[in-house]
Formats: sequence, C-alpha cells, structure tokens
Amino acid sequence: MPVTRGFGGSPRRGRPDRLPPGQYDTGRDWPILTAEAQPRIDPEEWAVTVDGAVESPRTWTWREAHALPGSTYFGDIHCVTTWSMLDTTFGGVSVDTLLDLARPRPDATHLMAHCETGYTTNLPLADVTDGKAWLVWEYDGRPLPAEHGGPVRLLVPHLYFWKSAKWVDRLELLTTDQPGFWERNGYHDRGDPWLEQRYQGDP
Amino acid sequence: MSEAESPWTTGEVVEIERIGDRLVRLRLDVAARVDHLPGQHYVVRLRAPDDYTAQRSYSVASEPDDSLVELMVECLPGGEVSGHLHDVADVGDVVELRGPIGGWFTWAGEATAVCVAGGSGVVPVVSMLRHAASHGLLDRLRVVAVGRTLAELPYSAELLDHGAFVALTRENFGDRVAAPPYPDELEALVDGVERAYVCGSVGFATYATRLLGEAGVRSDLVRIEQFGASS
Repeated sequence: MPVTRGFGGSPRRGRPDRLPPGQYDTGRDWPILTAEAQPRIDPEEWAVTVDGAVESPRTWTWREAHALPGSTYFGDIHCVTTWSMLDTTFGGVSVDTLLDLARPRPDATHLMAHCETGYTTNLPLADVTDGKAWLVWEYDGRPLPAEHGGPVRLLVPHLYFWKSAKWVDRLELLTTDQPGFWERNGYHDRGDPWLEQRYQGDP
Repeated sequence: MSEAESPWTTGEVVEIERIGDRLVRLRLDVAARVDHLPGQHYVVRLRAPDDYTAQRSYSVASEPDDSLVELMVECLPGGEVSGHLHDVADVGDVVELRGPIGGWFTWAGEATAVCVAGGSGVVPVVSMLRHAASHGLLDRLRVVAVGRTLAELPYSAELLDHGAFVALTRENFGDRVAAPPYPDELEALVDGVERAYVCGSVGFATYATRLLGEAGVRSDLVRIEQFGASS
C-alpha cells in the first residue's frame, strides 16, 4: 500500500507494546457507541439467564448475582473503531462461575449473549471460559453507568469490545456458531484485536 | 443483511474543499469500488514512510449512483487523520480505503423513516437524501437537522433544498428562535414512520433519542450512529 504524501503520524516514542495494531490510546476518554436506544434498567428488576445447551438452566437476580464469588478484571480494552483504553478495572462475576452452575452440555460449542435491547453477539465457548469473560456491574470501583451498559454488561476484554455486550440479560449456549448483530452486519465473527479481525474477510 | 467482504483498496483525491477551519469535503475515485448503501461508512488509513498507520471511519455523503465517493470530515482537536485530511491532503493524493462498512445504519427507501442528525452527523443522512431525491423517494424520508449556526451545519443549503427541517440552537433562523427542536415540532415528521435514524455526538444522540420518544417514536425503531467520548 502507498505511503500517504505528507503524513508523518503521531510520535511513536512511548507507544506501548500492549496497543494492538491500528489502535490508539484514548486515555481516560471512554467513547460511547451503541446501535440502539439506551434502555433504563432497574437493577432490582434485572436478571440474567444461562440456558440453551446446558444441563441446568439458571437465572440470577441482581442480588443473587452479587452473592456469587466476585471477580475483578484489571487490564486493557480495545474497540474496533480503533480506540483502546489501558488499565481499566471492572468488577462483577466470572462467566466461569455461571457456567459451572449451569453446566454446559458436552455438545455446547458457542455462546450467544442477548441484551435487553435485542442486541446479540456470538462467541466461541473457548473465548468465555478459563478466566476470559465476566459479567460486570462496576467500573473503576463505581456502578457501571447505563451508557456503558449498566447495570450489567458482558466483558470479554481480549476481543474487540462489540463482543462485550451492554445490558446483557441472557447467555444462550449453542451447539453451532450463529452470527450475532454486528456479525450479521459486516463485522468479523471472532474479533481478535491482535489479529485485526475487524470486518468480514479479515484473517 | 450480510454484506460482501471489503478488502483494502485505494482512493485518489479528485476534489477537496476546505470549509472553515473545521470541515473538509473530499471526493475520491475509489479503485475496485463496491457500491455502498446510503448510511454506510469507509475506513480511511494513512501510512507514514516507516509503515506506521492511522485509520478512522467516516460516513459517506454521496449517493450510490455518484461516480465518486464523497466524505465530509470534521476536524477534531489533535485528530491525527482528520487533521491530515484538513491541513495536508490535496488533489492527486492517494489514501488507503476500506468499505463500504456497516449493514445496520442504512436506508435505501425500504421504509418510511425520520432522521434526526446533529452537526457532522448529517453526513450519512445527506447520502440518504441524495439517494431519495434521485429515485423519487423523498416522501419516505423526513429529516431533522440540528446545528449551532447555519454556517456551521454541513450541507445546510442542500438539506434545506430537500425539505429538511433545520433547527439552529445558537442563532434565530427565519421566524424560529434559536433552540433545540421541540417534540411538537417533530409530530408531523414522525407520523407513520416505520424507522428512525439518529446520528451525531454522544450527547446529541442521547438527546435526539429522548426527543423521538417524547414525539411518540418507539425506541425499538431507532437506529443510532454516534461518535465521540463520554467526557
């Protein structure tokens, strides 16, 4: 591809190794991107269900979810629109904890996250197990703001952030892969930022 | 809803117009171009001599039938890509492009729709309007465009020509006093719509979505394209 005439780019010095290709550090400005109107969800009325290809479908209310062993993520997040935010802290519960109780069937291979708004996103089971995914209700020690998916969003920080569905209320275990909302609308099926899996047709 | 994959290609700048110190309008001849749907965007990637790259997404303003792809880019403070396009880019330059992208915020006449756009958020709506005008579909597309002043609102003359309702927040316009649009000003425009599009900054999109709700539009009909940070 051609060099752009007259383009030098921002200073490279100090560019951290942890910034995936094509990303920039947004600092503490956390952009808000949604495709649908932001819902108002009362935590007392929120609940999350794990069902589909599981031995024991389960639903947890806000209080019941908080009674599960807590888990914290400290690290970076990456959005397909090219911003990354470093050193974030999210608190909630590990998806492993929910799956341990719902017990995915042996033929379960994928998970579809469903949201209050109808938004969906699909993930291979391997991307949401072994400490890679959370349901989170705290950001930086405070309740997760509604515009960032509060009261509860999915957090899958090793993939582009459209996978970290806002306003999540159901994790459906699947026996085959099915595309979610953005995956039907031109975006990559998996979304690994280190492989720049942004759009359909990327490696 | 699925779209063909769109690999990286290149576009040559055929026309460039700098509008004030905040906007630049580019018309690009795109190699191996795939036709877009009104509302879609392209990724523009700039490459430095040491192969460092920076890329950002910009909505398309042109209609699919246009032989060129038109982008209207707003300069953001310290914007690495928008700053280059505004200050340095010139006719004959070649940039890397990828697109069209996005299969959700699109309109090609399939539904009666209202668009509420703020500032540079009018860009994808201009593509929809141009397409509607070329195909006799203007009766299916109602547009509310909100700007601070007429001079700051991109494509203001064209929006008015196509019958958009323009609301200015910082200057009086005709007999309308400077103010954001009121729900009762939208009543006739939202009557019978099957879909609504909102495009603008985060603050604008939040406001516009609430406004549509107050005017009676169900939230599940609203499709949003927004940009910018929360703080």
